[in-house]
Amino acid sequence: MSRGLVSLSRAMTLGFIRDRMALFFTILFPLMFLVLFGGLLKDPGTSRSDIVEIGSVAVFDQMPAEAKAQLDQVLKIDKSGDRDTSLEKVRKGDYAAAVEQQGSTVIMHYSATDQVKSGIVRGVLGSIVQDANLVSAGVTVPAYRLDAQQVEDDSLKTIQFITPGILGWAIAVGATFGAALTLVTWRQKKILRRLRLSPVRTPTLIGARVGVSIGVALLQMAIFIGIASLPYFGLKLSDNWWMAIPLIVAATLAFMSIGLLAGSFAKTPEAASAIANLVVLPMAFLSGSFFPLDNAPSWVKTVSQALPLKHLNDAMLDVMVRGQGPGSALPAIGLLVGFALVVGTIAAFLFRWDDV
Amino acid sequence: MTLTIAVHGLHKSYGDVHAVNGASFEVQQGEFFGILGPNGAGKTTTLEILEGLRQADSGEVTVLGVPPWPRNPALLPRIGVQLQATSFFERLTAREQINTFASLYGVGPRRADEMLELVGLSDKADTRTEKLSGGQAQRLSIACALVHGPDLVFLDEPTSGLDPQARRNLWDLLRDINGQGHTVVLTTHYLDEAEILCDRVAIMDHGKILELGPPATLVRRLDAPTRISVESGLISLDDARALVDGATVDGAVADGTDGVEVVDDGVSLTIATRTPAPVLAALADRNAMRGLSVRGATLEDVFLNLTGREFRE
Repeated sequence: MSRGLVSLSRAMTLGFIRDRMALFFTILFPLMFLVLFGGLLKDPGTSRSDIVEIGSVAVFDQMPAEAKAQLDQVLKIDKSGDRDTSLEKVRKGDYAAAVEQQGSTVIMHYSATDQVKSGIVRGVLGSIVQDANLVSAGVTVPAYRLDAQQVEDDSLKTIQFITPGILGWAIAVGATFGAALTLVTWRQKKILRRLRLSPVRTPTLIGARVGVSIGVALLQMAIFIGIASLPYFGLKLSDNWWMAIPLIVAATLAFMSIGLLAGSFAKTPEAASAIANLVVLPMAFLSGSFFPLDNAPSWVKTVSQALPLKHLNDAMLDVMVRGQGPGSALPAIGLLVGFALVVGTIAAFLFRWDDV
Repeated sequence: MTLTIAVHGLHKSYGDVHAVNGASFEVQQGEFFGILGPNGAGKTTTLEILEGLRQADSGEVTVLGVPPWPRNPALLPRIGVQLQATSFFERLTAREQINTFASLYGVGPRRADEMLELVGLSDKADTRTEKLSGGQAQRLSIACALVHGPDLVFLDEPTSGLDPQARRNLWDLLRDINGQGHTVVLTTHYLDEAEILCDRVAIMDHGKILELGPPATLVRRLDAPTRISVESGLISLDDARALVDGATVDGAVADGTDGVEVVDDGVSLTIATRTPAPVLAALADRNAMRGLSVRGATLEDVFLNLTGREFRE
């Protein structure tokens, strides 16, 4: 009965669009994270360190203009005549280092509080002194050169990694809560009972809910990719990004099965959303939605293999950003559909039309 | 006449609780049928079995000629159900609500608008159901139950929680619906409602049907005394007693036995008698009829007599 499918889908869609809470938590809230992470952690490789030059330091001042321009990308050099004030500023953390020259020695003053920045400055200064030594020794063409190259596309920025992770989390929230809350609210408000008394078939009812959830997930995808692709954030999708669509469809099924399971246990919408939260939030952390799991303990990595979101995140990263072929997403799609079948079957056995 | 519902020897237990214990009744086509009973009497279970939501343990049930269990998609479009809770989809307007239900039955939006008109909600068509008053929500849920033109309508306590005005409006609506040929089965908490609306009522308790028949017949069968009240002070208590004794043919006295008595509560003097005509004549002779009211027994009295308890608990 396709009429029933259309009208039930319409009723669910309107119910979702008019629910400001649902809109906030499935779209706006994750979007805030995307904007926050994407904006804050822009260009992580080229963040400049501020240093102060006390008096005149020859290796800076006598630098060729071309080398100076390169240096400016890494270090921002202020000049100061006052040694004590400069050192005080380093102590307070205003500058990563203060540099002065005494005779042929270049002295770098740094604070132990920010070891990462002072380490960077130290490395940069070391190479500058090295270069100056080579020049003064008459070596203009060095025997060896180091050329560091990133393996990913040059344009790879934080936003590239953040977008699939946060999008995955948003889809998990939308599908899990959508399924759990519909089930519990409709059971509590006796809508399920009312539908059972109408000639609507159960597959039509399930089909409508699945269709609406997939629609919501694809809407999330469009909004997230759209915003992350703004020049300010600078997301660049690789050629096979469209493989994210079947991935998201499969993942929506998997997350919905979790929501249906939560909805089978819960009697009230409050309990349902508590259970869903208890599942989705830890899953998001353990699946690397917010930060990579590279440094996580091995047991965390093992646990994460059981989570559908982990597979969604990895596969989306592969096809949307890392430029992998379309086939790379197939194992993840298989896993997600399998997860949905197993958990969905359990949920079907626990399903109740009525509270009593 | 054709039978719309036939129930014979119906049993249903939940664990140790025998919710329905051998109920039998029939409902004719076009009838307005009421099921009354205190909470826990088995009304709701009976209704749920008729609707096909539950399976009977034993007994024969046919609705519109077929068994309602297991769920029969061919039967469902022929019945309409208004549930106790107003079960609406969240955040839809009245019109969207009824359109959704209509389309589940393959009924178009024009019919949905007509139903809104019928229940007097045309001006509320674009209001979200959460914002409707109790009476408006009840009327909408009845409209949703009727939108596909069912032969048989189940109404579960349709007027509970409504103010007197809204109840009366709803009664008119229910009478109209029945008048259009829909068979109506109603459960209610209000005996006055059943008395006014129903062609026949079944009084249930402990899972059994105690009495079955037209309300007026049940009341008459009770043979309860008629209560005649006039304003206090028009006639003294002793005079009234003498008057009752004089007017009694079969020698009953106003001593409270057999329901015959005289009571003055300071506001009204009430005479309960089985021979109201001579009493009224005597009162008229003495010009003591100011504030007169004559009340026969009601369904409430029948109920009290049958179950030994107040209707509402």
